[in-house]
Amino acid sequence: MSTPPTNPSGSPDPSDPLSGFNPLEPPPGLDPMPSAAIAPPVDPRLLVRQEGLRGYVDEFKRKVRGGELGSLPVVIGLIIIWLIFSLQNSQYFSAANAEFIVYYMVGLGMLATGLVFVLLLGEIDLSVGSVSGLAAAIYAVLSVEHNWNAWLAVIVTLLAGAAIGGTQGWIFAKIGVPAFVVTLAGFLAWQGVMLWLLGSTGTINLEPKALNALFSGNSYFLGGDIAGAYILAGIAVVGFGASGFLEQRRRKAAGVPARPTGELVARTVVLAIGAFLVAWILNRASGVPNNAVIFLALLVICDFVLRRTTYGRKVFAVGGNIEASRRAGISVPMVRISVYAISGTFAALGGLAIAATTNAAGQAGADPNNLMMAIAAAVIGGTSLFGGRGRVWSALLGILVIESINAGLFMLGLTLDIQYMITGGVLLAAVVVDSLSRRTQKSSGRA
Amino acid sequence: MTDPVSGSYAPALADGEPVLALRGVSKRFGAVQALTDVELEVHTGEVLALVGDNGAGKSTLVKSIAGVHTIDDGQIEWEGRPVSIHRPQDSQHLGIATVYQDLALADNLDVVANLFLGRELTTHGTLDEVAMEKRAQELLDTLSIRIPSVRIPVASLSGGQRQVVAIARSLIGDPKVVILDEPTAALGVEQTAQVLDLVERLRARDLGVILISHNMVDVAAVADTVAVLRLGRNNGTFPMRGTTQETIIAAITGATDNAVTRRAARATGPRPEGEA
Ligand SMILES: Nc1ncnc2c1ncn2[C@@H]1O[C@H](COP(=O)(O)OP(=O)(O)O)[C@@H](O)[C@H]1O
Ligand SMILES: [Mg+2]
Repeated sequence: MSTPPTNPSGSPDPSDPLSGFNPLEPPPGLDPMPSAAIAPPVDPRLLVRQEGLRGYVDEFKRKVRGGELGSLPVVIGLIIIWLIFSLQNSQYFSAANAEFIVYYMVGLGMLATGLVFVLLLGEIDLSVGSVSGLAAAIYAVLSVEHNWNAWLAVIVTLLAGAAIGGTQGWIFAKIGVPAFVVTLAGFLAWQGVMLWLLGSTGTINLEPKALNALFSGNSYFLGGDIAGAYILAGIAVVGFGASGFLEQRRRKAAGVPARPTGELVARTVVLAIGAFLVAWILNRASGVPNNAVIFLALLVICDFVLRRTTYGRKVFAVGGNIEASRRAGISVPMVRISVYAISGTFAALGGLAIAATTNAAGQAGADPNNLMMAIAAAVIGGTSLFGGRGRVWSALLGILVIESINAGLFMLGLTLDIQYMITGGVLLAAVVVDSLSRRTQKSSGRA
Repeated sequence: MTDPVSGSYAPALADGEPVLALRGVSKRFGAVQALTDVELEVHTGEVLALVGDNGAGKSTLVKSIAGVHTIDDGQIEWEGRPVSIHRPQDSQHLGIATVYQDLALADNLDVVANLFLGRELTTHGTLDEVAMEKRAQELLDTLSIRIPSVRIPVASLSGGQRQVVAIARSLIGDPKVVILDEPTAALGVEQTAQVLDLVERLRARDLGVILISHNMVDVAAVADTVAVLRLGRNNGTFPMRGTTQETIIAAITGATDNAVTRRAARATGPRPEGEA
């Protein structure tokens, strides 16, 4: 190296990183800079997936190693649960029991759906159980005691849920009280309001009107006609397949990587087998309960909102990095307030669904167990407690697990104490899996 | 040679007005006077290095331009007109893009989502993922940026790749000035070279670049002009060509004697502790 002209001492001091500095020459460490004109060769580490089965297996292995387990653990867990209970009681693996599980999962599933939004922010809403009980009480008082039009009472109830959630979100987002504390206060306070509304009798019987009729136990899609279940399965399969192929065509036209046709066909076929199997089973009982149809429709809408709209993108961004979101011009308080409003609305809707199963709004409506079950469902289904990772479908998968366990324990005649212990254990297991997978992701640089 | 304290100097590459200019800007945090009467000019096609010791106020200056902080006093001029910048959006709308020292990427989102965060392309009110992916790929290609896939979460990229994505993200809105706060601070040699390459490509696209750096080697490699901040004040602006490292170091440390004489003294006497 030539002696820098500006260095009068004549000998570069090796301990000084700045010695040898010459503004007219590129610094030594940067000498072999690749020229911008020559495109560098394709990085051999590029994640180009081979087509066909081989590529699938490779990608699957890579994901599992990276801690991206997706819904795999839940699906396996669900199968194990079904196997265990079927071995214990032959009645378990029956159409009637499937119908029972599908019908009773809806109320809690709706609470869990709202919670998925909150968990995506990396926050928690402890008030959903109380809000659901309060919503049933509000609806009962308006529609039964005040003789309001039933649909109007439903709308006011849902708005009340949104307002309650939005207020809690506002206190969290604008005043800065931790969400955990705000919603814990809500957990107590809204239960108090519910008890006050229900008054001395403690229970108000509902009439099967409006939404309450659709949520009731003898309301089936197309009146339980065999065609009903198959039509629903057909819509799901056609919708899924068509959107997949349309997306593939748009991607190919734009010249960006697209899913291979074989993979699209395989996915559609798997969904078709599952959907028509469920339809067939439910048809052997009474058909598809209307409350489940509404629940599934809401899941499709929420999935669309979260994955396909700028609003959903904001929710994921705030859950991933609050500061980055703020700097990208996202109004973090608005996202938080709206997410809590969504959670409150789903809690109210879930409350109406739960009340419809007994045709009454009662003190049991705000059972604290409902809150735990709903949180457990969202987490078991694969939505992370740490924010930024999850899908609304985890509400469905998780609640299926919980209701499958509940139905089994009920059938075996096990009492509440055992039920609580087992559900608590399952929740703990799900949280442990979530934390472990996050740790794996961290060590493989994915979180 | 220019007087390091007066700060009077016309940049070599300048023809005409600066695109962005700060006139007498001051900013205070409680008891800390972070910036006092700071002057700064950036021209298109110029890489302006902003250097200074830790706590000199470089990040504060950047955040004032970016709208994270509001200035207490002085004026910011954009293309000759005084403007007021109160929110990050104000700065973005003018055409100033900022890449912060603490990377502002959402780790859980993929590269495309991060590039377009806050200004997603939509069709019929829904995200146009195909268009965004196509534009992302084109942008990364024109910048010769190589990453494994634009559809993997940013969390799985290396430090250099993340920095390059953060810089690419700043280019989505077609800015005229790009501010890079310590873009190479946490990077290794090869990754630093990638980022400096990218800085040169930004200049070639006629952008004004403000590069904040601790590393004089980086500064020497790409800067046209060096502005020194010391204790929140200007302490000289130098053309990179024809200015010695010692002059700049002297301005950074505020030595009344200059580093040349210090080094000469050091060669004979015992080495003082805690030297910069
Ligand atoms: N948000 C803030 N609140 C209070 N003081 C701050 C804040 N940001 C920076 N400062 C202070 O301003 C001074 C300049 O800091 P900074 O701009 O980060 O320096 P640099 O980036 O040059 O190292 C420091 O004394 C720092 O402590
Ligand atoms: Mg700094």
